[in-house]
Amino acid sequence: MLSAIRPALILLALLTAVTGVVYPLLVTGIATVLFPDKAHGSLVVASSGPVGSELVGQNFTRPGDFWSRPSAVHYDASSSGASNMGPLNEGLHEAVAARIAALQAADPEAELPVPADLVLASGSGLDPHISPEAARYQARRVAQARRLPRAEVLMLIEAHTEGRTLGILGEPRVNVLRLNRALEGLRSSP
Amino acid sequence: MTAHALLLCGVYVAVLVALAIPLGGYCARALGGEATLLQRLLGPLERGLYRVAGVRPNDEMHWRDYTVAVLWFNLFGLLVVYGLQRLQHLLPLNPQELGPVAPDLAFNTAVSFASNTNWQAYGGETTLSYLTQMVGLTTQNFVSAATGIAVLAALSRAFSRRRSETIGNFWADLVRSTLYILLPLSLVLAVALAADGVVQTLAPAAEVELMRAATGPEGQVITQQTIPLGPGASQIAIKQLGTNGGGFYNVNSAHPLENPTPLTNFLECLALLLIPAALCLSFGKIVADRRQGWAVLGAMFAIFLPLLGLCVWSEGQLAPQLVELGVDPSAGNLEGKEVRFGPAASALWATATTAASNGSVNSMHDSFNPLGGLVPMWLMQIGEVVFGGVGSGLYGMLVFAILAVFLAGLMVGRTPEYLGKKIEAFEVKMAALVVLLPSAGVLVGTAIAVASAAGRAGISNPGIHGFSEVLYGFSSASNNNGSAFAGLGANSFFYNLALGLCMLIGRYGIIVPVLALAGALARKQTVPPGPGTMPTHTPLFVFLLAAIVVLVGALTFVPALALGPIVEHLQMTGTHP
Repeated sequence: MLSAIRPALILLALLTAVTGVVYPLLVTGIATVLFPDKAHGSLVVASSGPVGSELVGQNFTRPGDFWSRPSAVHYDASSSGASNMGPLNEGLHEAVAARIAALQAADPEAELPVPADLVLASGSGLDPHISPEAARYQARRVAQARRLPRAEVLMLIEAHTEGRTLGILGEPRVNVLRLNRALEGLRSSP
Repeated sequence: MTAHALLLCGVYVAVLVALAIPLGGYCARALGGEATLLQRLLGPLERGLYRVAGVRPNDEMHWRDYTVAVLWFNLFGLLVVYGLQRLQHLLPLNPQELGPVAPDLAFNTAVSFASNTNWQAYGGETTLSYLTQMVGLTTQNFVSAATGIAVLAALSRAFSRRRSETIGNFWADLVRSTLYILLPLSLVLAVALAADGVVQTLAPAAEVELMRAATGPEGQVITQQTIPLGPGASQIAIKQLGTNGGGFYNVNSAHPLENPTPLTNFLECLALLLIPAALCLSFGKIVADRRQGWAVLGAMFAIFLPLLGLCVWSEGQLAPQLVELGVDPSAGNLEGKEVRFGPAASALWATATTAASNGSVNSMHDSFNPLGGLVPMWLMQIGEVVFGGVGSGLYGMLVFAILAVFLAGLMVGRTPEYLGKKIEAFEVKMAALVVLLPSAGVLVGTAIAVASAAGRAGISNPGIHGFSEVLYGFSSASNNNGSAFAGLGANSFFYNLALGLCMLIGRYGIIVPVLALAGALARKQTVPPGPGTMPTHTPLFVFLLAAIVVLVGALTFVPALALGPIVEHLQMTGTHP
């Protein structure tokens, strides 16, 4: 009965050293040497300093910017989270109706139906992407606010659309932060 | 189901089987102490561990000694995780200066990780220091998985032995599983994940300037964003491979720093089922009849594939109530899902993570359509035997195999045999315990929770769906899965304690009878197959085994499911033909 205590304690300590200290430090070392930027949050660095992570979404509300997906945590990256509302939850229906109304208020010509990702919240609350349909849906509003030809905005979306990996994995998508930063690079300002 | 979804699932299954075949053979060799390449490399480390611990790896243990060793080792692991959480504010590697974790939450988390459940009542980035995550949780991710593999190795050996009083040495099984199976696979996966953007650093969170100042929920102006960092990839790799599932961040693998690309998603999703699938083939090798391993794996796929189809189909739909508001249904149900994964890869993950007792998520199951949510719930309820936990899934499935031959024997009036061992009263009693204990945890726990104010206080969704949240929580804890309908406010004294107890029962209430079963089987003489012996490698047996699992699961849980997701589905579609 008691003879197993000593090996249990010693092996726990030794395996903790191997798997809880050596292993994560080894991976940290390898990652820091081989892919320092990616291991450190894929930060986007401008001349002023870090302006975001390529992987973490930000909130945009101006008509001249592409809007990200709704977020249950208002894109507060220090605390990820989702709505966790079921499909029959009245609260979800009200939130979706309000989001559709906001899109139509910002662009009275906006048509129904709305691409789903633009009015349904993401799992992380930090989704950096929208679907190409959701981006194109906003193109007229963005073009008008920036006094740009709509075709130019659509071309920019096209250029920032990532397809499926190997044609199989994932879904087509547009990184909102990158798209909006690229917009800033075009001539007119909002 | 779209053509793309079919293609994705097909590629997933093909790659999984292609990798499981060589890995299965390798695991059997590693557990048997045969020389592998890694054994030559890490052999000195293995022998050093034994020497310091005073262990002789070839000294075989009686099943009772084996069980005692498992329990002591797990108890100490639990105490260490508890202590680390309570004292993390006094310990190093806490750059966010997080305080001590409350006692009930610390108990729940310690049980959760020692029992290979990894239920998360905490939010990683807001509750646990880097030290607690690394030394406490990462270690338990390894050794709780290794405990499962060890128990499986003991049971597999018992089938191949005759008149033996012993079933192997726990310390050797534990160390070999960790060093030769879990550690090398994790190292490869962790580096691959970091290469594609999963964080891995000891630096504190990064502060970045937002491109546009935003207005917060209370009207405050926000100009900065805190990007949480940490040693993620190393923990995420073993969380997936060891069927652990405890996320580095609150939203687990839905978080873009935990699972940034479709490729990391595919790798993490593959890792969910890799070792459980491979161990079926290892089992065949250990009992010296590979067909037996394939038969068990076949029965698992026979249950897995139809449920996968149902979940993927369900999440490709959008609730008619939302379509009516003007939402385009063509992209499916995207609430709680990430754009880079979409409904197909999210449903594939949800099915795989609950088939395995993993419980990590890349989308929020609480927001699934009713039938999409039923699939993961039921996969947990049938006892985590369709792939299941590393080791634990297969030893659970072997218990069902014993039940299957027993029931078949009853039908034709012969003494049942499995792999040359006569199945008698004691074996059937142990098998019944293994099936009944977690089911009791689910149903009794859910009943107490919905009947008590403390239990109802945690419910967030109104109506039927609120009941589903509670049912899902107890299904997850009692079967050591760890995923959640995360709307359930589980960080309360009631749920921390109740679900903690369910996790303990679901883990150790099964390990003890399984090891007793191993002891009894090892002692028996092997009987040669006679004309009345039912072969257990044929399609007929695969069907029988799958049918027994489905029947037991259906008989036990259909009433509860009818009150939850099934009614909800009718509510959703009934008013909108």
